[in-house]
Amino acid sequence: MIDGYNFAYLDERTKRMIRRAILKAVAIPGHQVPFGSREMPLAYGWGTGGIQVTAAVLGQHDVLKIIDQGSDDTTNAVNIRQFFARTAGVATTERTREATLIQTRHRIPEAPLTEGQVLVYQVPQPEALYKLEPRRSETLKLHACEEYGLVNVKLYEDLAHWGRVETTYDYPVLVNGRYVMSPSPIPSFDNPKMHRMPALQLFGAGREKRIYAVPPYTDVKSLDFEDHPFHVEPQGHACALCGCTTSYLDEILQGEGERLWTCSDTDWCREQREAA
Amino acid sequence: MYIAVKGGEAAIEASRVLLAAARRGDPAVRELEVMQIREQLGLLVDRVMAEASLYDPELAALALKQARGDAVEAIFLLRAYRTTLPRVAATEPIDTAQMRVRRRVSAIFKDLPGGQLLGPTYDYTQRLLDFSLLGHGNQGSPEPVHANGESISKMPNALDTLADEGLIEPSLPSDGDPPPPDITRDPPVYPLPRSARLQMLARADEGWVLGMGYATQRGYAYTHPFGGDIRFGAVAVELVPDELGFSIEIGEIDVTECQMINQFGGSATVAPQFTRGYGLVYGHSERKAMAMSLVDRALRADEFDEEVTAPVQQQEFVLPQGDNIEASGFVQHLKLPHYVTFESELQLIRQLREKHFSEEEGK
Repeated sequence: MIDGYNFAYLDERTKRMIRRAILKAVAIPGHQVPFGSREMPLAYGWGTGGIQVTAAVLGQHDVLKIIDQGSDDTTNAVNIRQFFARTAGVATTERTREATLIQTRHRIPEAPLTEGQVLVYQVPQPEALYKLEPRRSETLKLHACEEYGLVNVKLYEDLAHWGRVETTYDYPVLVNGRYVMSPSPIPSFDNPKMHRMPALQLFGAGREKRIYAVPPYTDVKSLDFEDHPFHVEPQGHACALCGCTTSYLDEILQGEGERLWTCSDTDWCREQREAA
Repeated sequence: MYIAVKGGEAAIEASRVLLAAARRGDPAVRELEVMQIREQLGLLVDRVMAEASLYDPELAALALKQARGDAVEAIFLLRAYRTTLPRVAATEPIDTAQMRVRRRVSAIFKDLPGGQLLGPTYDYTQRLLDFSLLGHGNQGSPEPVHANGESISKMPNALDTLADEGLIEPSLPSDGDPPPPDITRDPPVYPLPRSARLQMLARADEGWVLGMGYATQRGYAYTHPFGGDIRFGAVAVELVPDELGFSIEIGEIDVTECQMINQFGGSATVAPQFTRGYGLVYGHSERKAMAMSLVDRALRADEFDEEVTAPVQQQEFVLPQGDNIEASGFVQHLKLPHYVTFESELQLIRQLREKHFSEEEGK
């Protein structure tokens, strides 16, 4: 472990401040709680919110997994994993089922998460309404009054124009029947995994200084209309490595117009190949 | 079949090695010393301290060396260090009327108490490259300058006489003199009080503040500014330790202050008077302090019932977007992999195009 820094980099008072924000967030599912986001030694937009949440809840006996785009080996995931290995000295893993704490960017693992696991999302833009109303002083009021007409109109206009909702990731959800929430830029393919998930889901937005949460077994409903229910479009391909047809797939160009698809969740892919 | 799914770790390590070599440059050229940066690139050091909100010339110089002279990267390094430091205490407000002034100009009176003091400035250089500085080694140092160019006595602010006459709004604490929020600890909740806005402007990107201030001069929320008092010099920093109960001086910092005089306010009940815009930054930067005072004044639209017509009057536009560390990180995060979200967009656009062409055929 690196000298001169506290366990997991942040000092204990800062962690306590973050944990208080997390407790409040858990108590009001889907509500964005402002917190005194610190300036981290990683760039804003690169996971500073997720890192602070992870640092605040990480214990010495945790087993940490960090993924970006579903993979443990993408550069930023490697960097963040090394950061916690250096500053906290905790055990790290690439295996979803062995991890107690998983920090993710843009994906939810394919393997179902369980009670006792914590999933920390890196969030670039916590305000689900910001494209419709950029003033946070206004969106605060919209959430307070449960006034979600703007987003419903947006969905309706999409349906009228395209015949479908023109949002494929960061698809807004209604949490616990009350707050409209950004699920972070996960593909809408992943949205159903959030519904009544046994694991605790925590969301950290460092630059925007907000934390929010979905407690275990909480209802998370992707926004839709009765006559146009939310659904996931199948990709229509199988993983070239493991043959899985139910996982989210990356498209990989092979040159000369050739392409193939592989599991975005690399640990899931490994499991499928080992089971075969 | 080749799929690059592994190798991130080794690639990152190799990149770090390359960066170290790039930072050093040609090893045949003597390595730059931190103290040389501190002493000879002082204005750059000042900018890094100002936008990092940490007054430490040596560490700012170190950050610049480590960042290969990239100001924003150096600011980032220094901020990431600053965030780990404990908050020991809050100092007493600095008193710029007691500044050891090295430069003070006022554009509103030909002469005034304390006088006009040019001090070190590029304003009257003719911007001709001095090729003698290309020479290696001893091109001779200028004669050392002693305190003859420095005002030791108190230099009252040029706005004081106007304030005495009631011609300009007084500079008073807010009702109840509440302690200012710490913008590096408390998440901003808009609208922010002026004390928080000034903090954010003081550390905002110099280029952003300059452009915003310039916009007010070009007609976007024009505020009729006059350069009332612009000064640079050293001020004492004082602290009242709990166990003493009286203030002690703990050191000195260099700051640049600008008090801008702006258009009248006034109403049926309040007599017309000039208003103020305020700028204060660490080190020597009149560009930043003056631009800041223009933006500060524009952001006070609500106090004077001014119509909000331009982005520079909107807190939520000016302030969060002016933070170059946040902006730099988020703009550049577009380098990070986005193939999951992009794949979902690809899937959608293919389906939409398929639908489009099948409808065309059906026509």
